[in-house]
Amino acid sequence: MKFIYKGVWVLCALLFTSQLFAAQMIMVRSTQSFPEAMLALQSAIKQQGYTVSRVQRVDIGLTNSGYQTDKYRVVFFGKAEEVHELTRKHPELLPYLPWKIVIFAEQDETLLASLDPESFNRFFPDDDLGASFERWRKDIYDILERVRSAEN
Amino acid sequence: MKPGDRMRLITLLALTMLTAPAQAEFNGEQLYARNCAACHGMDGKGGVGVPLALDDFLASVPDSYLFKTIRNGRPGRVMPAFTNLDDEQIRAIVGHIRSWGPPQPSLSGSPIKGNAGHGKLLFDKHCAACHGANGEGSPGTGVTFSRPRDLPILAPALNNPGFLKAAPDQMIKQTLMNGRKGTPMVSFLEMGLSESDINDIVSYVRSFENENGAATSIQLEAETPVLVYESSYDFATTVENVKKAAIGKNFRIIREQYLDQGMVEPGTENTGQKMVYFCNFQLINEALAIDPRVGLFMPCRVTVVEQDGVIKVMSINPKYLSPLFNNSYLNRACNEMYDIYEAILEEATL
Ligand code: HEC
Ligand code: HEC
Repeated sequence: MKFIYKGVWVLCALLFTSQLFAAQMIMVRSTQSFPEAMLALQSAIKQQGYTVSRVQRVDIGLTNSGYQTDKYRVVFFGKAEEVHELTRKHPELLPYLPWKIVIFAEQDETLLASLDPESFNRFFPDDDLGASFERWRKDIYDILERVRSAEN
Repeated sequence: MKPGDRMRLITLLALTMLTAPAQAEFNGEQLYARNCAACHGMDGKGGVGVPLALDDFLASVPDSYLFKTIRNGRPGRVMPAFTNLDDEQIRAIVGHIRSWGPPQPSLSGSPIKGNAGHGKLLFDKHCAACHGANGEGSPGTGVTFSRPRDLPILAPALNNPGFLKAAPDQMIKQTLMNGRKGTPMVSFLEMGLSESDINDIVSYVRSFENENGAATSIQLEAETPVLVYESSYDFATTVENVKKAAIGKNFRIIREQYLDQGMVEPGTENTGQKMVYFCNFQLINEALAIDPRVGLFMPCRVTVVEQDGVIKVMSINPKYLSPLFNNSYLNRACNEMYDIYEAILEEATL
């Protein structure tokens, strides 16, 4: 069937792949245990003005197949209006929304990671998207920083 | 000035004087906490990254090795290049890492001239099982906590341009002579190799430099961040088609929901944007063993959208996301997922 949106990206890909080596991931470690860090994350997301739309387990069945932890979640979040507005203007962004943060246990501590929205600039070269990516990046930093500095 | 105020001022001055010299150290610690602790652990015990707080490690590497590793990273091996830090900041981080163990060794800078041919034979016999036939390193990330696997600590890629650029011959030699207590890397002197054997292996490892861009540092190239197909079916039929196609590729449908569900009042969702989530535990397991962060790809999802009377099905492009992880072992999984997404989108719209 018809494959659209293709040509434009080829050029961008050629121009930018060399830069993709850099860190494109925002990660923090919380010294809190998984359940505490999970609470801190959800409250930080709300404090930043977003709604947690879903907490998804991806690990159902993992423990059955020898995986030793089930403390692994994907937390989806967004702002309804922003999502509506952006996906109307930029439907190509749809598969990446709502935004997500993964959270998983590493022994007594907890790791959180999210893609860096700024890394999307290269493939969605649009001014108003650029502004959104920059804001998301700041928001994700703030959210994760709040989780990191949450007291035990 | 009242005596109380004077006292306060003196205290303040004293405090300023006390804290000033400690500033640099504090900086290194803070920079480490922000940039490195997520992977290497607050105290350098390892995590997604390998352990750094190891006496044998610190005793065998010069500060220049730490500096260059931070600056250049290890392309394709998770360890990022910290191009955003200036030299002084990197030196502060190196200082902080040094505070965990012995000072840097004084290693001679002269290259080691061994017999690389003989070194290759020894490498195949003694090293390849862990470090890979071509020194490409073992799959996975630093230290395993929840993911059972053969090696408790990942064997670094020795053919990696980042490693080879940072590591002087004498450092590689030291590592082979002494091993690293607390890791699977043993002393090969104790394993019965001679110093001349070790020189030969070092020369062979150095020869990886001629490979010109090791396979482990290759990044996938994606033409587009999204895969999009147009459907000639109506919305509901397209959703059903997506589900059928995913099941046909051995996935389980785990959820179907509107994109803004959970963000808006129930009943007011935009019914023209629906997400179908599906997964395959074996794939998840395999991917998590390579990189615990791959949950960012999960669960698998196809979005069906109706806009201006046109129905489209879309997904992320795994090849586009792969380089963001800087983990070349993910490339195969991402190529595979790319093919699967393409097949599902195509079948659903056929
Ligand atoms: C049992 C598995 C195993 C074997 C066999 C082994 N290594 Fe290692 N090696 C490791 C691990 C694990 C590390 C990482 C140790 C750490 O965490 O610091 C390592 C570290 C190293 C390093 C340091 C790399 C770096 O990034 O700091 C070098 C160099 C090295 N090995 C070379 C060799 C050579 C050459 C041989 C064969 C003579 C060999 N190793 C055999 C597991 C192994
Ligand atoms: C995204 C995770 C991640 C981050 C963030 C990270 N590292 Fe690493 N680091 C790794 C991995 C994985 C390796 C092993 C690479 C390999 O297999 O060759 C590594 C290797 C290293 C090594 C070589 C260790 C050895 O045994 O030779 C040093 C030194 C190091 N990192 C320091 C740092 C410092 C300092 C920072 C912060 C400025 C940092 N890393 C940030 C994941 C990370």
